[in-house]
Amino acid sequence: MIGTEQLYSALRAPEKVHSMQRIIERLYLNYQRPVRIMEVCGGHTHTIVKYGLDQLVPEQVRFVHGPGCPVCVLPQHRIDAALHLGAMPDTILVTLGDMLKVPGTQSSLQQARATGCDIRVVYSPLDAVSIAQKNPDHSVVYFAIGFETTAPMTALLIEQAQQLRLPNLFFHINHVLIPPAMEMILATPGCSVDAFIAPGHVSVITGSDIFTPIVRRFEKPLVISGFEPLDIMASVERILRQLNRGAAKVENTYSRSVTRQGNRKAQMLMERYFEPRPTFLWRGIGAIAHSALQLRAEFAALDAEVRFAECCPAPAPESGRGCICGAILTGQAHPQECPLFAQQCTPTNPHGSCMVSNEGACAAYYKYRRDQ
Amino acid sequence: MNNRILLAHGSGGLENQHLIQEIFVDAFRNPILCAMDDASVLEMGTMAVSTDSFTVSPLFFPGGDIGKLAIAGTTNDVAMRGAQPQYLSAAFILEEGLELDVLRRIVASMRTELAVCGATIVTGDTKVVPRGAIDQIMINTTGFGRLIKDCSVARIEQGDHLIVSGPIAQHGACIYAEREEIAVSGLISDCCSLWPVVKTLLDEDLGIHAMRDATRGGLSAVLNEWAQQTGYSLIVQESSIPLTKQVEGFSELLGIDPYILACEGVFVVAVEPHDSSRVIELLHQAGHNRAALIGTVTEEKRSGKNPQVILHSAYSTQRLMEFPSGEILPRIC
Repeated sequence: MIGTEQLYSALRAPEKVHSMQRIIERLYLNYQRPVRIMEVCGGHTHTIVKYGLDQLVPEQVRFVHGPGCPVCVLPQHRIDAALHLGAMPDTILVTLGDMLKVPGTQSSLQQARATGCDIRVVYSPLDAVSIAQKNPDHSVVYFAIGFETTAPMTALLIEQAQQLRLPNLFFHINHVLIPPAMEMILATPGCSVDAFIAPGHVSVITGSDIFTPIVRRFEKPLVISGFEPLDIMASVERILRQLNRGAAKVENTYSRSVTRQGNRKAQMLMERYFEPRPTFLWRGIGAIAHSALQLRAEFAALDAEVRFAECCPAPAPESGRGCICGAILTGQAHPQECPLFAQQCTPTNPHGSCMVSNEGACAAYYKYRRDQ
Repeated sequence: MNNRILLAHGSGGLENQHLIQEIFVDAFRNPILCAMDDASVLEMGTMAVSTDSFTVSPLFFPGGDIGKLAIAGTTNDVAMRGAQPQYLSAAFILEEGLELDVLRRIVASMRTELAVCGATIVTGDTKVVPRGAIDQIMINTTGFGRLIKDCSVARIEQGDHLIVSGPIAQHGACIYAEREEIAVSGLISDCCSLWPVVKTLLDEDLGIHAMRDATRGGLSAVLNEWAQQTGYSLIVQESSIPLTKQVEGFSELLGIDPYILACEGVFVVAVEPHDSSRVIELLHQAGHNRAALIGTVTEEKRSGKNPQVILHSAYSTQRLMEFPSGEILPRIC
């Protein structure tokens, strides 16, 4: 813990952040055009808003917030599946904490739990093993969510379930992938994103090379960043240097954790159990090809979508709730530009996907900026 | 006596009487309680009264237990009003099957804490509910205290200094870690009776306007409540808020804001600026070594805007300290 503390206090030191601020100001003097930098990780969004980093960069340099929250982008029919699965008799639904509040069509897991459904929140997916072992007469469904970051943990859980021959542990896989979503945003006509701050935790798993094709195709600077204020400021500095030179390449300011190849062991584990879905509906954005994972056909016996198919509704168009989540998630609008923001739409009563999870962009602005 | 609580212990008969005599009256012995009338008679002037119910899992945690909490929690509320806690009621709801030794340990801990704040239990009640109806034990205490100085949120004024008495969030982080079996060494609850230190503050004629202990909802709840109730915005210097290394590490690990985590032995004082250094000095002398000035009460309510708690960061940027809401959940990514 001491080592960690030394690390983050160094990466938060005000004098270092301020000296980076001055470098950014100087670099911007040479550029002088509006810059829109998109981050696609809720952790980055929070660092930016929490520390007020947007107040430290030149006014014309704007942070726009992409689909950086795996909970926010889950469409309603997937949440409804969780609710249906949790309502099955003799069933325990296991998931991660942030899922609780997310509204499905009718209800949320939090409300379902209050009405008596057995819904359990775990911190490590592997906890699902002991839940399944302790409840042999129950079906235990692990509702898996997250980007590439958490997918290896789910794969590890599946491996353990296989090794232990647990007959009552099933998986509902909702892992989504970041690079296809970034491509989708860049390919959208009128896209105004000038550069990316690429996600840190995702890159730990995937490696930085995964972004090379995107940068080559769209010619936008991309810098992988850590989650401390100095990480983000250093990434903005790298982006401005690239823009000044007219360059577009992948850079990595999070080299203390991210390599070019990533975590091969985690990747192999994912490849063993998962394959890309032909298409997946992102809440607020729409269908994106090959943007999510599913269990490979050989593991169909473990797949809750197969085993309990009657509980898993087909993708359906989202009911309009009057919010502008789609525009926010693609960087075309800012949370505070939404007419529902902090009025009808709050974290306690979220209308749109960006407000539902703690990691959503609207939730971050509500938490740190409301009224200001 | 059997070594576990039985439903019979709540039936009003002999077992009930034994339980009351051997566990409660023995521990809390004093003339008022021992009169064993239907009600106790107290002679008091202007009083402050506060009630609170306690349920915590685990019952015993580093730095305290539910018994200590049940005394400190209620007497602290009385003390925050500028009153000396004197008398308490204590009502116990016990789950069938609770080990008597566990109950004895809890009651012994209550007795110790009563001695710290010089208060006595003058009336009580016991109920037993069937196994599974509650988690082992719930305790309600009501505290009565003699008002010494009228400390109230209504007296907070523009310009007041805001002082926090010690490192925040220790109780919340400790309980969270215990409950979820997250191994962070050195997390200890700050649970303690505040009356002794409050007394030293009240003994001097200081311009203290209000005090509030930061329990559920943590520092953030206290400051946001004060902003809402007074109509003034509060400005807080983030770097001045005292945190232990352990709590900081815990918050980092789980991505949980320490400002919303509970304390059980830390309070916030709103005091006239000219007395703030003396308050801090007295807190330090009383062993609250990390007491610190964290902010000020600012301007009148701005039209059309709600009063807010605004955090100033070490980078000269600003953000809100949010009012806690919903369950405390760790981040996913």
